[in-house]
Amino acid sequence: MDYFAQQVINGIVLGSIYGLIAIGYTMVYGIVGMINFAHGDIFMIGGFIALISFLVLVSIGLTAIPLILLIVLLVSMAITALYGWTVERIAYRPLRHSFRLAPMLSAIGMSFVLSNFSQVAQGARVKPVPPIITGGYTLLEQNGFAVRLSNAQIVVVVTTIVLLAIFTWLVSRTRLGRDMRACEQDQTMAALLGVDVDRTISMTFVIGAALAAVAGMMYLLYYGLVDFFMGFVAGIKAFTAAVLGGIGSLPGAMLGGLAIGLIETLWSAYFSVEYKDVAAFSILIIVLIFLPTGLLGRPEVEKV
Amino acid sequence: MTASAPERTSTSRATGAAFIFKKALISALVALVLFSLMIGIRTEAGPTGQLIYWTRFGDLASMVAIVFGGSIVVELLRQWWGAAGTTIRVIPPPVQTTLAVAGRLVAPALLIFALLVPVIFYHQRYILDLGILVLTYVMLGWGLNIVVGLAGLLDLGYVAFYSVGAYSYALLSTNFDLSFWVCLPLAGILAAFWGVLLGFPVLRLRGDYLAIVTLAFGEIIRLVIINWQSLTGGPNGISGIPRPTFFGIPLTASDNGLAAKLGIPFSPTHRIVFLFYLILALALLTNWVTIRLRRLPIGRAWEALREDEVACRALGINTTTTKLTAFATGAMFGGFAGAFFATRQGFISPESFTFQESALVLAIVVLGGMGSQLGVALAALAMIGGFELFRGLEQFRMLVFGLAMVLLMIWRPRGLIGHRAPTVFLKQSQAISSDLVKEGHG
Amino acid sequence: MSGGDILSVDHLTMRFGGIVAVNDLSFAAGRGEITALIGPNGAGKTTVFNCVTGFYKPTSGAIRLTPANGTAIQLERLNDFRIARQAKVARTFQNIRLFPGMTALENLMVAQHNALMRASGLTFLGLIGAPSWRSAEKHAIDQAKLWLDRIGLLDRADDAAGNLPYGDQRRLEIARAMCTGPVLLCLDEPAAGLNARESAGLSELLLSIRADYGTSILLIEHDMSVVMEISDRIVVMDYGVKIAEGAPREVRDDPKVIAAYLGADEEEAIAVMESGT
Repeated sequence: MDYFAQQVINGIVLGSIYGLIAIGYTMVYGIVGMINFAHGDIFMIGGFIALISFLVLVSIGLTAIPLILLIVLLVSMAITALYGWTVERIAYRPLRHSFRLAPMLSAIGMSFVLSNFSQVAQGARVKPVPPIITGGYTLLEQNGFAVRLSNAQIVVVVTTIVLLAIFTWLVSRTRLGRDMRACEQDQTMAALLGVDVDRTISMTFVIGAALAAVAGMMYLLYYGLVDFFMGFVAGIKAFTAAVLGGIGSLPGAMLGGLAIGLIETLWSAYFSVEYKDVAAFSILIIVLIFLPTGLLGRPEVEKV
Repeated sequence: MTASAPERTSTSRATGAAFIFKKALISALVALVLFSLMIGIRTEAGPTGQLIYWTRFGDLASMVAIVFGGSIVVELLRQWWGAAGTTIRVIPPPVQTTLAVAGRLVAPALLIFALLVPVIFYHQRYILDLGILVLTYVMLGWGLNIVVGLAGLLDLGYVAFYSVGAYSYALLSTNFDLSFWVCLPLAGILAAFWGVLLGFPVLRLRGDYLAIVTLAFGEIIRLVIINWQSLTGGPNGISGIPRPTFFGIPLTASDNGLAAKLGIPFSPTHRIVFLFYLILALALLTNWVTIRLRRLPIGRAWEALREDEVACRALGINTTTTKLTAFATGAMFGGFAGAFFATRQGFISPESFTFQESALVLAIVVLGGMGSQLGVALAALAMIGGFELFRGLEQFRMLVFGLAMVLLMIWRPRGLIGHRAPTVFLKQSQAISSDLVKEGHG
Repeated sequence: MSGGDILSVDHLTMRFGGIVAVNDLSFAAGRGEITALIGPNGAGKTTVFNCVTGFYKPTSGAIRLTPANGTAIQLERLNDFRIARQAKVARTFQNIRLFPGMTALENLMVAQHNALMRASGLTFLGLIGAPSWRSAEKHAIDQAKLWLDRIGLLDRADDAAGNLPYGDQRRLEIARAMCTGPVLLCLDEPAAGLNARESAGLSELLLSIRADYGTSILLIEHDMSVVMEISDRIVVMDYGVKIAEGAPREVRDDPKVIAAYLGADEEEAIAVMESGT
């Protein structure tokens, strides 16, 4: 039971990270109807920028960890958001009304560009950082097994909750959110009613990338390492999460993220670590077969 | 239909040097922010495991300068192209027919050239190896073309069938001592079987869902290969895979080798030439079968499925079996190619079967112009050949490949050969413009 | 033409969530007759079509098809493609659904898929070019030519279907449905978007199909000139229920029908009344 509780905690933390990435997938899919294959690599870039800015801040003599973390968070969100904007501008916008496969391949190409860009720029080796946030609490201890909740875990979950609150407010209460929902329904009509569709789509990518940057930073805090290849697997899993939750649904993305995080940790804990990704992907296939629109997705009525 | 048309007119109105300069300045500024940390600062794990960093402001400055200059060049080119593009874009019919005639000559010319490659380049082992590589991808492209180009089913996990073929041959030949010619059909059948196994549950999914499930399937196969160490050797792969024989006669220097039997001096090139003709024959088989199938009801049903699935069902076509046959046929050729790959390399490991391979083959198919056999061959030649040009710059290769994919898609979203040839005609076969041809939803 | 009903729909109900698109509808289509299904927009006509052709699974009710050999088939138990293949029910769509990137000829070849599939020995005989396959293919092309000639498109056989003018596409879709060799042909607004001359040509085509092949026809149509001219029987629907049924003359004078049209769409109501005078 204690072991299980510990795994659930770990799963929720991992799930928060997947959920943050999944929101970017689901937003972009909702508004432009494409799988943004480069999104996983945007997450990776976010992790790198968090790492580098952290190093710089520490070396210029900053010591207050909360302040450092706040600056790192803002810097990596800002710069990564610009990456998201640039990717959309270069690789997707020219193909907006093109055939379905062209933007998808362009996105796959962009994914290769980003991951290999950071390989070239920062080297292929894994970049470890010493634990930034240390300490934690022992929730209960039984038979020599302690259920621990580390401070890093708390930071990850709290940051996720706060950012999700801001994000929900942004989508449901602001002009930008309304424009986004309008574009999702009907871009032509939205444009006729004075919505700047190009700008709205750009902002979607910017917000998605900013959330991915948060995920990248959380990943760095929690696992203490980044590498140029981490975007691919994390990206596929986050996309799995988005699909599992019902693509296009924002709460679904978070829910799917948590589900994938829990499945992965529990599978690793009780069955085998080697096959944890196989488990996640198998779940994806099974869900899609029996629940093709995901947990919270709207069913698609076939028009004849 | 071109989305960039209105954009072009609006930019060509503002042609002043100040405009170009301003645009370049903004690009440079964006580049400065993007690259500031990623290029300006280099991190590395130091000798004690502690991360260290050093600055590279020179590199950063030159990258920003390159973006600034590049932006000016691109803008100038775009304005020049925008002025010329309007007249070039609409190709007059006589030119189109001339191109079509020329197109009909390209295929035989390419075939003859391919047949002569081992003769012309007999002493250039590098060219022969490259030729074999290109032909492998031509074959993979033609195989995937059945699924993506004809049936309109998006498959992002094609590499799974390639790996099934390769491992089938490797395991069958090393464990049971079966010869290549027995294993080849078995590898194809096993791959097709896996195609059906995957296809059966997932083919009712549509569009991007199908894409992601096939991707997941490709990853599952790879992960299972990595982790099932007792069978597959895990990450270490399988080595000592038997080389192909000339229908039972080994291509070795031994007394019963082919060279000795023919009474000619042995040369390792014999095997390379044999491999070259082997993959050429396999690729041509794929091509021949595909061309035949297109003219058979099954092939027409595939294309009809790509055009309109609902209409297919209204005409009494069993769309599930139709999709399955497309999937299985494509998978079978992937399996053949995999078996060839295994026998050629003599060693296989999971590293050869990553998502990048699937993406590469898909890029070949899409760049070729969905459904066009010649286009796929040309695209494979261009992609793999182009890829080879960057062999010296090992770490930049994927970067350039990714950029090329993006640029090619923007340049030709419908691929190199943008029209479809009808499968049957009464009077005259007229090429159908790609604007009419659908690309499927499944 | 033998008598009896080819299609009988009994107590058909189709619900989408809380919306009842078709409510307890019963009607029959006579063998060798042309039956028209009319009603204001949103009356549930296309839903009935989709139930008959298997694209929707009815919530409740029975749809029975009785071909000439007398063995009745319960259509609500079959999948869409089986209805076309086994029960020989063919259909067209309100928004034309041709294969736009394939030629007119190819469209008609695809329609003969099942017969050709058997002839090609499930592809294997075809792959080796067996003589039996060759003759079957030739026969299929002849069949397609026959239909292209009949709809006046023989000259455009090699043009992409998507390049044909609208009226030609409508007729090609009917020809494609006929190439499946149906016993019941379901046409969803075949005259929509046609001009008066084309509509008259359509009436002629449908009458000749019935005369030459004895195919029963069920059609949804708003063009009252077509409906009144060729229908043997008319079923009028409104809000998912049948409000009238009978010969064109009876339906035309039915006050309920006129009220339904007046309530829904003035133009159509006038069309109903004018076609009566």
